[in-house]
Amino acid sequence: MAALDQTQVKEGVDQETVDAVAEVSTYKYGWETDIEMEYAPKGVNPDIVRLISEKNEEPEWMTEWRLAAFERWQQMEEPNWAMVSYPKIDFQDQYYYARPKSMEVKPKSLDEVDPKLLATYEKLGIPLKEQMILAGVEGAENAPVEGRKVAVDAVFDSVSVGTTFQKELQEAGVIFCSISEAIREHPELVKKYLGSVVPVSDNFYATLNSAVFSDGSFVYVPPGVRCPMELSTYFRINAENTGQFERTLIIADKGSYVSYLEGCTAPQRDVAQLHAAVVEIIIEEDAEVKYSTVQNWYPGDEEGKGGIYNFVTKRADCRGDRAKVMWTQVETGSAVTWKYPSCILRGEESQGEFYSIAIANNMQQADTGTKMVHLGKNTKSRIVSKGISAGKAQNTYRGLVSMHPKAKNSRNYTQCDSLLIGDKCGAHTVPYIEVKNNSSRVEHEATTSKVDDDQLFYCRQRGMDEEEAVALVVNGFCKDVLQALPMEFAMEAQQLVAISLEGSVG
Amino acid sequence: MLEIKNLHVKLEEEDKQILKGVDLTVEAGKVHAIMGPNGSGKSTLSYVLSGKDGYEVTDGTATLDGEDLLDLEPEERAAAGMFLAFQYPVEIPGVGNMTFLRTAVNAQRKARGEEELSAADFLKVVRAKAKTLKIDADMLKRPVNVGFSGGEKKRNEILQMAMLEPKMCILDETDSGLDVDAMKLVAEGVNALRDEGRGFLVITHYQRLLDHIKPDVVHIMANGRIVKTGGPELALEVENNGYADILAEVA
Ligand SMILES: Nc1ncnc2c1ncn2[C@@H]1O[C@H](COP(=O)(O)OP(=O)(O)O)[C@@H](O)[C@H]1O
Ligand SMILES: [Mg+2]
Repeated sequence: MAALDQTQVKEGVDQETVDAVAEVSTYKYGWETDIEMEYAPKGVNPDIVRLISEKNEEPEWMTEWRLAAFERWQQMEEPNWAMVSYPKIDFQDQYYYARPKSMEVKPKSLDEVDPKLLATYEKLGIPLKEQMILAGVEGAENAPVEGRKVAVDAVFDSVSVGTTFQKELQEAGVIFCSISEAIREHPELVKKYLGSVVPVSDNFYATLNSAVFSDGSFVYVPPGVRCPMELSTYFRINAENTGQFERTLIIADKGSYVSYLEGCTAPQRDVAQLHAAVVEIIIEEDAEVKYSTVQNWYPGDEEGKGGIYNFVTKRADCRGDRAKVMWTQVETGSAVTWKYPSCILRGEESQGEFYSIAIANNMQQADTGTKMVHLGKNTKSRIVSKGISAGKAQNTYRGLVSMHPKAKNSRNYTQCDSLLIGDKCGAHTVPYIEVKNNSSRVEHEATTSKVDDDQLFYCRQRGMDEEEAVALVVNGFCKDVLQALPMEFAMEAQQLVAISLEGSVG
Repeated sequence: MLEIKNLHVKLEEEDKQILKGVDLTVEAGKVHAIMGPNGSGKSTLSYVLSGKDGYEVTDGTATLDGEDLLDLEPEERAAAGMFLAFQYPVEIPGVGNMTFLRTAVNAQRKARGEEELSAADFLKVVRAKAKTLKIDADMLKRPVNVGFSGGEKKRNEILQMAMLEPKMCILDETDSGLDVDAMKLVAEGVNALRDEGRGFLVITHYQRLLDHIKPDVVHIMANGRIVKTGGPELALEVENNGYADILAEVA
């Protein structure tokens, strides 16, 4: 079986994958899968909200929750404070629900899975073994696995199409499934936690998401359990004019640990597409969550045509004492990025960390950063942000560090470095610092540098071509953040850094 | 091997002529030394041969084994076998020395259509070569040249040269700032690479390096030209009398 032979080399991120990625000179994921889709009519209104809820076979309380959110959204204005500009989005000219027709009934065996869907996974570089599991190939769970395991949940346009390693996770007591399944199977958990970190009315995009989210991932790790493998979600926008609104809910109960990775791609299109996700993480006492993102949405072409508009609300709530969260993100894609993963440090001695690489090339605009909200005593946070701008791109770091009156003896350290490639791009750093007690301390360091011609010449004299040289220097600049990623993805991220900067010099 | 004819070079940005007709041929298997006062154009010659931006060749040619160097990109010259040990090696923060070396070695192999070295083979070779240059594991892991002492930087250049096995090696004041022991290490590194198929152009101010790396030919460069060429005795003459006599003699 050819598929099985390939499993060997495709597992994890091996040289083969890396080479394959390295070969591609433009946006690698810019193809579109020609699958028969089922769409809801364009636009958003209470009927569409009800339809989405119905398609997901949701209980009444969920439908009501969505409708309330929709009502709220209609009274809200799109924010405009970020340092990004884009044509006005017509929210009524989007599809809010699309799913592969073949997924109307969940596949029970490989024969029932649309082969085009499988081909999509393969192009996405989802390890073959996981593809088989996603596709429900019998016995795939028992095939030998090299290296560490990663359980994958794949979201294709609006619906989750399958989750791997279910059985092993269940044995550990970990729930990892699509959010629609969680709403049906674990309503008590969803009711308790959904919207508890990002309230329905939090912001324009989050509120819209609350009304129309179609699917996403759900994780629950019970008390004292160390999740036996990395969990991962691949998001893929495929259908045209379709917004993607996923909802992710992660709950780490007392003393548990989980590491979660999301990866995202989209086809190359002239028309911009909307992505407005919400991620909520709840971390109880002594629990720890690592959330890593490798975001590679289509960034639009050199003139700024097309691309994904990425408006994302991500927030972690360290509810218990000594809870810990670490956000790591590598943002290379999207035409417009508006994203501030945040940490609410409520529990005493809780800790939040944020490591970020944001690359903007050509006409990309990125306005990203983080918020560290210190509420509890002796809380600590650390921010390491590496912004890289090339072409005519604008890259803004916006960070809020807030020490509340009760957050005595708390600490924040922020390091914010910008690297410019060429002289038509820009980097901006906008720190907001509020300290409302006198025992806390906030440190902020910022640097801006240029890729140095002498460094490039040195690399080239040793035989590297210009792009390889830039990639090497930039990867060196990002090292602190790359090191924070799970090993499997650090390699992938390095290659992404290289690919997204191609054509930025010379 | 390396043939430079009537090479004229000016700065790209301003109207300043730096090389004013350099003629020089380095044969395979030979070591040539270039000495000369500061500002005479020695580093410029090494940069122009390796393809650094900022210079304009207004006349003349430079070939390596018959191949025109001046038309090639720096990395193409490197793949063709041109190596420059920098007078001031550059720091690259965050990039491990080993990663840098491996990327360089594999880039050149790829450019020449050879297979890349596996991580295991590469490690084996690096460790052996590093050891003879007294470069320890720690130095291999540290970011390229960052926080290296002067001597460490120069030894690191020689390690890169040893790994890349170039045809034509140019060393620009590799001995400057080295103590006697470090200089010996560097000289041994160079001598280990001496080979029938390889040429060397050693730029230096001091006879003491040439005590260890015995040159076949010594050139004196002044004001953008090679003004005198001779055997090893020419270096001794400079050591004893400085440049004044020679310059007066050719003026
Ligand atoms: N990029 C440059 N910009 C301005 N002047 C330069 C540049 N490169 C070389 N020069 C000048 O050219 C002359 C030769 O310099 P160089 O080649 O470094 O000499 P050497 O290595 O023999 O000491 C000097 O006068 C130096 O100032
Ligand atoms: Mg010099």
